[in-house]
Amino acid sequence: MAIPRFWREIPSRYNLIGTECGNCGKRYFPPRIICPECHRKSVGKMKDVKFQGKGEVVTYSIIHHAPKAYEMQVPYIIAIIEFEEGVRATGQIIDCEPEDVEVGMRVEPAFRKIGEDGKSGVIYYGYKFKPA
Amino acid sequence: MREVAVIGIGETRFGELWDKSFREIGIEAGLFAIQDSKTKGEEIDALYIGNMSAGRFIDQEHIAPLVADYVGLAGANLPATRIEGAGASGGLALSQAYMAVASEVHDIVVVGGAEKMTDVSEVYAQEILASTADQEWESVFGATFAGLHAMIARRHMHEYGTTKKQLAMVAVKNHKNAALNPNAQYRRELSLETVLKAPMVAEPLGLFDCAPLSDGAAALVLCPLDRAKEYTDNPVRIASCGQAGDYMALHDRKDICTMDATVVAAKKAFKYAGITPKDVDLAEVHDNYTISEILAIEDIGFFNKGDGGKATEDGQTALNSEISVNPSGGLKARGQPVGATGVAQAVEVVRQLRGEAGERQVKNARYGLTHNVGGTGASVIVHIFDGGV
Amino acid sequence: MEVGIVSYGAYVPRFRIKPHEIAEVWGVDGESMSKGLGIKSKSVPGPDEDVITIAVEAARIALSRIDIDTSDIGSIYVGSESHPYAVKPSATIVAEAIGATPDLTAADYEFACKAGTAAIQTCSGLVGSNAIRYGMAIGADTSQGAPGDALEYTASAGGAAYIIGRENVIAKINKTYSYTTDTPDFWRREGEKYPSHGGRFTGEPAYFKHILSCANNLMEIVGTKPSDYDYAVFHQPNGKFPVSAAKKLGFSKEQVSCGLLTPVIGNTYSGAVLIGLAAVLDVAKPNDRIMMVAYGSGAGSDSFDISVTDEIKTFNRNDSNTVSSIIQNHKFVSYATYAKYMGKIHLRGA
Repeated sequence: MAIPRFWREIPSRYNLIGTECGNCGKRYFPPRIICPECHRKSVGKMKDVKFQGKGEVVTYSIIHHAPKAYEMQVPYIIAIIEFEEGVRATGQIIDCEPEDVEVGMRVEPAFRKIGEDGKSGVIYYGYKFKPA
Repeated sequence: MREVAVIGIGETRFGELWDKSFREIGIEAGLFAIQDSKTKGEEIDALYIGNMSAGRFIDQEHIAPLVADYVGLAGANLPATRIEGAGASGGLALSQAYMAVASEVHDIVVVGGAEKMTDVSEVYAQEILASTADQEWESVFGATFAGLHAMIARRHMHEYGTTKKQLAMVAVKNHKNAALNPNAQYRRELSLETVLKAPMVAEPLGLFDCAPLSDGAAALVLCPLDRAKEYTDNPVRIASCGQAGDYMALHDRKDICTMDATVVAAKKAFKYAGITPKDVDLAEVHDNYTISEILAIEDIGFFNKGDGGKATEDGQTALNSEISVNPSGGLKARGQPVGATGVAQAVEVVRQLRGEAGERQVKNARYGLTHNVGGTGASVIVHIFDGGV
Repeated sequence: MEVGIVSYGAYVPRFRIKPHEIAEVWGVDGESMSKGLGIKSKSVPGPDEDVITIAVEAARIALSRIDIDTSDIGSIYVGSESHPYAVKPSATIVAEAIGATPDLTAADYEFACKAGTAAIQTCSGLVGSNAIRYGMAIGADTSQGAPGDALEYTASAGGAAYIIGRENVIAKINKTYSYTTDTPDFWRREGEKYPSHGGRFTGEPAYFKHILSCANNLMEIVGTKPSDYDYAVFHQPNGKFPVSAAKKLGFSKEQVSCGLLTPVIGNTYSGAVLIGLAAVLDVAKPNDRIMMVAYGSGAGSDSFDISVTDEIKTFNRNDSNTVSSIIQNHKFVSYATYAKYMGKIHLRGA
């Protein structure tokens, strides 16, 4: 991955920085430049907002065939999490056995490695989720 | 707008075509279609090709003029355009060609769809497929393409009680159909037990819940309906085309178990065609995973939301049942050369409506539908075809 | 001016391996290994954990317990002998992940197992001189022992973060004193994956000489004796050395047991005394006095004379992040899984 491509997303990846529409107040994660509700009325009015990221599992899968970056972690859990703040995000669930995950399970964010550009490249960090 | 007809169809065999290059399969399908249409090369006004990711699969961008060149039409300065919409690339190429003819910009247009996926490793090919989801907010966190569909399946099971057996029945049915299709990648039936006992790819989806990686190409020749009889005795009319989009990432969709883009695209297509789901005799739907077919038959309107699994288990989607779904074997068993899919679906529907589908012929078929999805549902295109012309 | 600990947080990865599991691979008697080292299990980092993730988890726990503006953190030092990057500071990533950037100074420290206490000393100096309002000192490691080496039974993963400040101090640092010599008992050359050590040479002339000298000199400076302390935390490369050092200094087993975690989590290197101190602060009462002595090979010791204040009464310790509850959440793994997680299995290249 090109370094700037990851680097520019660091606020969201490390600290769950999303956006809030200055027009209607609706919040978004991942961040958006335009509010899908307010359209042009929101242009230039989207403000950064930090999410706590506590929430529950909407759905999940246990991945056995993984991309290169995740081969060492199989089997691992991937899930869609609905934050208490109302938005949803996709992420890995860690510190949980595959047989223990279930729809509705409470989780909270954790800080983990999410990839690296090989042994000599940059390491990418970001959010995952763990049972709360 | 004028009416448009399909006057020629062609496709390669789908599968692991080790001995054939991308340009070779593109040419093969194109030539079959042109020959079938009995048009002459110099009559062709334009070429549209659906292709998802030649740049990553074969390190070649700019593939439309490449195919036009090797099909022998570079000297005629044929305009050739590649259309990309992930898994819906083929269907979108068809709609572009359809609109070009309907709007009287062009008269005779060739539509191709092609993908060469086996020149790269399977792990890399899966990463390319995953890039049709949101790379920055899904794939980068380890969500594979199968994993995203598995999450749809998990939620569908949670909300509607859909079972792994019902998912498996999609694969069993489509393999049964593909066994009757000489061009299919897997010409063998699968037992329910085999599907259920397969190794897991992304739970609850096992190996046989997933369509394969394939090489293959398909092509169509379109012309104005009022000129179709000059070329063929049995033209098939394109009754309508409906396209819709949705949020890119699965987590942003209003309902994980519904592809709204399918709902909207199908509604448009039915409205323009002036028919209802009940009028459709056969449908080629986007079953890249078994759960995808269940969503498709619900969202198109063949069955109520939540009933897709049961309907499949009850045999209501089998060949010559209530509605024949994926008589070709679908992406699951006919194969999944991604960019070729939407065009291959149309080839099958036209073949069926012409009554040329041999052992897998859907009886008395008048209306056929194709449903082609890009990503996890951010692009959907539905075409309806009418054989009663 | 009163400088001390304002908040703290410890983090230990969830996975554990038992010495018997390691011993079996190398044809060694696990029971005698376990007894000899005083180790029942050691922590193992997950495949997505490293010093930076451990440091961030610990730092976030420390921040969650108090209400301060992260932009008031003027320094972050991360001490470790296993920084993920040889060049590129762990501290900058931690700073970004806790929202402390950009108005601060940050750097990585390395002094074998005492880089974390060195970070506390630096932060104390900056806070004490009014250069900054708060400083964050972190000690964390995902240390590696060469497969089959005695270190493989103890080298583990974990860390702790301390916020040093002048306001609402829960534990005052009365005095810190260091004792440093050139003693090559343990080292890792640039580019080498596993450390080397001097075997029994790591004992008397290294660990014991420095710990004992450092502790005795500190007590002489501040005018205390072992019985003045409620708790003592010594560097704990295994379960035996700290108990032995305590005895030689005149401390009782009771004084060291609360901060002695190596028998359960292994030697977390730069995290060791800091996690031990965290366990003590989890239960300490106002006016409790704590002696902490770190040891880093190479070699040196940092000692601290600490007094718990009344602030501890209102400090948030009733969360799921106490050392005992973090340690309680664990899962034992096999040697094969351990090898997989520690990157000892080589996958084919991309």
